[in-house]
Amino acid sequence: MMSENLIEIKGVRHAYQTGDGPLPVLDGLELAVPEGGFCAVVGPSGCGKSTLTRLVAGLMKPDHGEVWLHGQKVTGPKSTVGMAFQNPVLLEWRTILQNVMLPLEIVPNKMSKREQEERARHLLALVGLEGFEEKRPSELSGGMRQRASLCRAIVHKPEVLILDEPFGALDAFTREDLWQTMHKVKAEEPFTGVLITHDLRESIFLADQVIVLSGRPARTQYVMDVHLTGERDLEHLYTPESAEALNILRHQIKVAQGRAEEGEAA
Amino acid sequence: MSLKQVAVPILALVLFGLFWEWLVWVNGWPNYKMASPSDLWPAFWKFRWLFLEYAWDTLWRTVVGLLLAVIVGVLIGMVMGFSRTMRDALYPLLVGFNAIPKATVVPIIALMFVGQHDFNTILIAFLISFFPIAVSVSIGLSTLEPEYRDILASLGASKVAIFWKIALPKTLPEFFGALKVAVTLAFIGTNLMEIVEPHGRGLGHLFDSGKISADYPLMFAVLIALAIMGILLYYVVVALEKIFAGWAERSPN
Repeated sequence: MMSENLIEIKGVRHAYQTGDGPLPVLDGLELAVPEGGFCAVVGPSGCGKSTLTRLVAGLMKPDHGEVWLHGQKVTGPKSTVGMAFQNPVLLEWRTILQNVMLPLEIVPNKMSKREQEERARHLLALVGLEGFEEKRPSELSGGMRQRASLCRAIVHKPEVLILDEPFGALDAFTREDLWQTMHKVKAEEPFTGVLITHDLRESIFLADQVIVLSGRPARTQYVMDVHLTGERDLEHLYTPESAEALNILRHQIKVAQGRAEEGEAA
Repeated sequence: MSLKQVAVPILALVLFGLFWEWLVWVNGWPNYKMASPSDLWPAFWKFRWLFLEYAWDTLWRTVVGLLLAVIVGVLIGMVMGFSRTMRDALYPLLVGFNAIPKATVVPIIALMFVGQHDFNTILIAFLISFFPIAVSVSIGLSTLEPEYRDILASLGASKVAIFWKIALPKTLPEFFGALKVAVTLAFIGTNLMEIVEPHGRGLGHLFDSGKISADYPLMFAVLIALAIMGILLYYVVVALEKIFAGWAERSPN
């Protein structure tokens, strides 16, 4: 069955203007995510992954090439996009509930104030933050703040969710907790996702497609479809098929870093 | 506020007064050298209506000057905070202006607008106090992490919405920090002008009258009145800070 690609990046090239002339960051970036798909993007650090998120979000325009969302060329920011970053950037002067409701103050919607609050409360309960609605961000732990940030990213029912290393600053156990929360959220609140990450285990646990970017300037170097069968739980990360997938990805990262040849055995 | 929170500063004040009285008594200073606290009350009572009238002059001039400083300071801060070019252009100018001792500006202003007592006084209060506000707002805005902007910008929010919902509230703690400095500065500015201007009004003028008539207890009484007003103004700002930026204060635990 062919499904329409909700996110499509075609031949994107981009360079930043610096004092020493242009610094190319993306060169020949290709990416296609079908509706409901979840694509993880991995690559060496500083290879332009965050630039990619800003392109998809319409926060900047590429020098060459096109970014398409839902059959429309991206020309500027769109309210059908939700974003979460490594830094949860919650507003300290608002309660957790008010933080989650923030996008609804910007995005036109037909919800009454009461419905907005109900939706925010529902999402907070879904990620396990029931009872923390009236707390300030400073009263929450890092993992809890990231959960609240996730709620804020999806409260306006975006078609596309962009996650820029959202779990990067968390400890390993909290991170694994949040992976499972992500699956729970995706089951209840369908979205098409792009996840930027440094963590290969995270990429195969969450995504159904992993894209490896080459070193700067980044191009799409390798695409892997992940077929972890059935409901995903953490045990899946320790099966032979996961080990094989991780091996291949690790090798591809080495190639991207210029530490191994493309053809070399993993 | 607990009893202790009120009692401790009052006790400190009483002890300070007693120490002062003792110091004057033990040295046998005449009151034209150093007035003692017990001389102040008669001096104050003698001119109580003048004190009230002039305190009001000083107060409203200071507050108007400060409000002007807030408006202009925030505007300059916004321009410098949002535009790198404007910051580069304005910064040396502002720093240079701020470096000029305001005591030297006072006679110039007094000559430029002779007789315009209210205007002159407000102008000095404003000139002396807008700088910290402008600097703090510009720093607050220019150091806003890009992610804060992006969470709203990615939804297509306007620049105005981003300013009101994120940049402005995020800058409030810095703004109030600067306002605490500015309120004291504005007060100094008001009094500088009131002291220098002939035939003026305000507590500064009363101080000058005390000097001319060699009424030392009156001069000291003015100083105490100024200190009390300064404390009141300062705590008004602290109260405003609690209301508008109380979230920035972490609960001690």
